[in-house]
Amino acid sequence: MRKRSLIPILYIAFLMLPIYWLVAMSFKTTNEILSGFSLFPQTFTLDNYRVIFTDPSWYWGYINSIIYVSLNTVISISVALPAAYAFSRYRFLGDKQLFFWLLTNRMAPAAVFALPFFQLYSSVGLFDTHIAVALAHCLFNIPLAVWILEGFMRGVPKELDETAYVDGYSFPRFFVTIFLPTIKAGVGVAAFFCFMFSWVEMLLAKTLTAVEAKPIAATMTKTASSAGYELGLLAAAGTLTIIPGAIVIYFVRNYIAKGFALGRV
Amino acid sequence: MKTEYQKAWFFVLPVLFLVAFNALVPIMTVVNYSVQETFGNNVFFWQGLDWFEQILRSDRFQAALGRQFLFTFLILIIEVPLGIIIALSMPRKGFWVPVCLVTMALPMLIPWNVVGSMWNIFTLPKIGLLGYFLNDVLGINYDMTQQPISAWVTIIVMDVWHWTSLVVLLSYAGLVSIPDAYYQAAKIDGASPWKVFRYIQLPKMKTVLTIAILLRFMDSFNIYTEPFVLTGGGPGNSTTLLSIDLVKIALGQFDLGPAAAMSLIYFAITLLVSWLFYTLMTKDDAQ
Repeated sequence: MRKRSLIPILYIAFLMLPIYWLVAMSFKTTNEILSGFSLFPQTFTLDNYRVIFTDPSWYWGYINSIIYVSLNTVISISVALPAAYAFSRYRFLGDKQLFFWLLTNRMAPAAVFALPFFQLYSSVGLFDTHIAVALAHCLFNIPLAVWILEGFMRGVPKELDETAYVDGYSFPRFFVTIFLPTIKAGVGVAAFFCFMFSWVEMLLAKTLTAVEAKPIAATMTKTASSAGYELGLLAAAGTLTIIPGAIVIYFVRNYIAKGFALGRV
Repeated sequence: MKTEYQKAWFFVLPVLFLVAFNALVPIMTVVNYSVQETFGNNVFFWQGLDWFEQILRSDRFQAALGRQFLFTFLILIIEVPLGIIIALSMPRKGFWVPVCLVTMALPMLIPWNVVGSMWNIFTLPKIGLLGYFLNDVLGINYDMTQQPISAWVTIIVMDVWHWTSLVVLLSYAGLVSIPDAYYQAAKIDGASPWKVFRYIQLPKMKTVLTIAILLRFMDSFNIYTEPFVLTGGGPGNSTTLLSIDLVKIALGQFDLGPAAAMSLIYFAITLLVSWLFYTLMTKDDAQ
């Protein structure tokens, strides 16, 4: 038993090493970083973080990202819920084809869509807005949300619906007061996935924004190229991008394994 | 059994509308560009299928495609078995389960460009932990900006770091769904660990492994941000994968026609291979 637990421990150590290095770098001064190797910060400093929290062009990057990620999560889940219900409960003309077509959008390389997306959202006057990024990320998040929710809904016996209708529930009332609470784990997991893929994506988010809605990812690349040696600042900004994900993952920790199986075990 | 109900279409309309807006308009734009030539000022000339022919014959595209297949092949052959081994050795109950799951999922929640920057900082010679360790402690000559082999090893290790957890979490979800009775029966029959794996655990993991392999294929085949931030496709063109090459042509040189033709070929290959994987892996279920 002892020997077996060595594998996960080694794996987690491997996962943590680059993260540790990023965090350690963020507490070092630029001088210390450039002067050579040190395993721990010798002159511990919070200056890098101070820059980020006092400069609006930095901290607005985080606010912008959080705004469009939240918008995207709300939109994706609210349109995916009825669709997933339809796929899990009914047969209708073209249902299988439609489901497969939805999934193919998950396979489209973002690089293929970058330029057409720019033109599309410019032509409808949404370029450089939060809603543009939120809508663009729907391309891959809605199919995923439908897929996950459908998996969870399939596990709910149909008798639940029928009993409720016999008891005189209307569809909307049944859906909100009975069905949603039954699959709330699924909704949580789907929301988690939407948050995750919208938060980590950066090619489209960067293409669709310039100033007003610029995501933190784009702010970071600008800093990296203009002031090439601001490694400490870059590390601090990177460290801060890990925190929202870590918070969100803490909330779904008990459902995460089932969630990654998309409700299909 | 599901009931037939055509009005269910109304439930899918919002999804259909949103996804179609995002998928159909851009893909038609791409199709439009792929058959025309432009010299600017919005003047277009019919080009037919010339761009497709040109792309398919070009050495540059073939080389990028070859690198892309090599990358994806290495990723699948490393991450899938490694993920299964880790999932098999994880605890099934107790305090350590959520700790393992949360720490393992963490890399997947880091923005992709930060993953690139993080590995850049990690591997810098003299300054980075790994770069220092390899060069100055072990005496291995390692420099990602000079040697293609170092660059390749680094992007592979980075992807293993980033995505193996997906395979682990999926396999783990399959494993915990196996009832204890199965293991007890195997014990009574005196089955070897290999037999337990082959006849109990693997069949139970089949569905989730299908999802894992499909997702890993799609995402590694479409990868852009992480290797771009880390190596920029270099040194030379040695790590210029398909997406990186595509963005170079489309946004760097602004050759819209060839870029559009390449996009469609690229998308078609992804769809075709995903479909092949899917049919092969679900073939037994149909019988």
